[in-house]
Amino acid sequence: MIALFLAVLRREALLAWRSRADTLVALTFFVIVATLFPFGVGTDERLLRTVAPGILWVTALLAVLLTLPRLFEHDWRDGTLEQLLLSAEPAPVWLGAKLLAHWVTTAVPLAALAPLLALLYDVEPVVYGWLPVTLLLGTPMLTLIGAVGAALTLGLRASGLLLALLVLPLFVPVLIFGVDAVASARAGAPFAAQLALLAGGSLAATALAPWGCAAALRLAVE
Amino acid sequence: MSRIDAWRAATETKMRSPKSWWRFAAPKEFFWLTGKLVPGFGWAAALLAVVGLYAAFFVAPSDFRQGEVYRVIYIHVPAAWMSMIIYLAMAFWGIVGLTLNTRVSFILAHALAPTGALWCFVALWTGALWGKPTWGTYWAWDARMTSQLLLMFLYLGYIALVHSIEDPRRADRAGAILAIVGSLNVPIIYFSVQWWNTLHQGASVSLTKAPSMATVMLVTMLIMTFAAWSYSIAVALARARTMVLLREAHTDWAQKAAAAMIAKREAE
Repeated sequence: MIALFLAVLRREALLAWRSRADTLVALTFFVIVATLFPFGVGTDERLLRTVAPGILWVTALLAVLLTLPRLFEHDWRDGTLEQLLLSAEPAPVWLGAKLLAHWVTTAVPLAALAPLLALLYDVEPVVYGWLPVTLLLGTPMLTLIGAVGAALTLGLRASGLLLALLVLPLFVPVLIFGVDAVASARAGAPFAAQLALLAGGSLAATALAPWGCAAALRLAVE
Repeated sequence: MSRIDAWRAATETKMRSPKSWWRFAAPKEFFWLTGKLVPGFGWAAALLAVVGLYAAFFVAPSDFRQGEVYRVIYIHVPAAWMSMIIYLAMAFWGIVGLTLNTRVSFILAHALAPTGALWCFVALWTGALWGKPTWGTYWAWDARMTSQLLLMFLYLGYIALVHSIEDPRRADRAGAILAIVGSLNVPIIYFSVQWWNTLHQGASVSLTKAPSMATVMLVTMLIMTFAAWSYSIAVALARARTMVLLREAHTDWAQKAAAAMIAKREAE
């Protein structure tokens, strides 16, 4: 079981490294969209400081959404997915490795880049520290819920758009608690509850989402 | 044989037995039963709606704070209730379908979705029309309104997913998984939106502080709620009947039933 987990993890890490342009595209998207907002709302420093956590969270969320379609796409096309589903080990084992690798190669770089983009919004020092933490705690939930959506829409017409329609309403709670934690940190209010809710949500999604994802993948390859 | 397979086999036997209630899970029996139920619920809906609307407009007293405009509540509240209950019903039939392998369960879930989305829209629309004269705005980011809007998106997502999958088996099951995931998220969404809302603006638009309702208002509301239930059941079952006929088009009984329906329509 652990051998399979590690093997899939190594394979996914290698694939992500070989096709690192994909990760760079998501990161570039994050940077470009985050720079678009000041053009839209103006460069009033106080306004930008207020909206920075929200804008960076929404933009990161959209960047995660952008990476989701390719989560299963290649494996589905070349038949790897079918072989994995035929393996004797329970599907959540290799799915866990796959999703962990995907999260590390997409969401972690986004969280690392976030403080740099926060610089453009001239935020308070406390935001630089806590914005990436909230992203790290919240994005596992995005990846996990998104994976169920990606499995459900695998191989359909306009699957990317459909995926957005399916998962964006489900992303709302993550966005609310993520932004609220940073906003509370800015205001000097306690925000441990929001962090706990983000972490708890991610843990609950880790326990539940792989099963739904596996069921949806079985439907897709039938 | 795993426990779930044994369970499915038992269901299969029950569906075939002519005495068991389970036989209505078989498409043919379902079609026969719903043929009897749809007109009943349809007439009940019409009758209750006439009585309820008459009571809403002419019997119920006007509200001492809001005047006449509050009367939209008799449509607004049943619509909001129905939109939530129908989503749960979809998830319920999805679970039944996934565990027992009954095709009609999935069809019921599909048939409920457009009605649920319609109620959702009605609740949002009447809410906006009610909001303008009472709060001075069509839309406030109130927890209930925002959750209702997100529920609308969940319905649209379900409908879009089911319609973009051509293989009926995959469409059934994918829809069921989505409905289950969505129904798990509905309370989380409501809780999070309420959290967000109370932090960003005071609960100035709370309905919970409204004075308790007079008996006549409550009875009118109940009549309208039963009308909404009857309408939803009638329409969803009628839709499910058409879907059953389409799915079973290769069978003898479905072809006969369709021919009988066409003959009846031509005779009229």
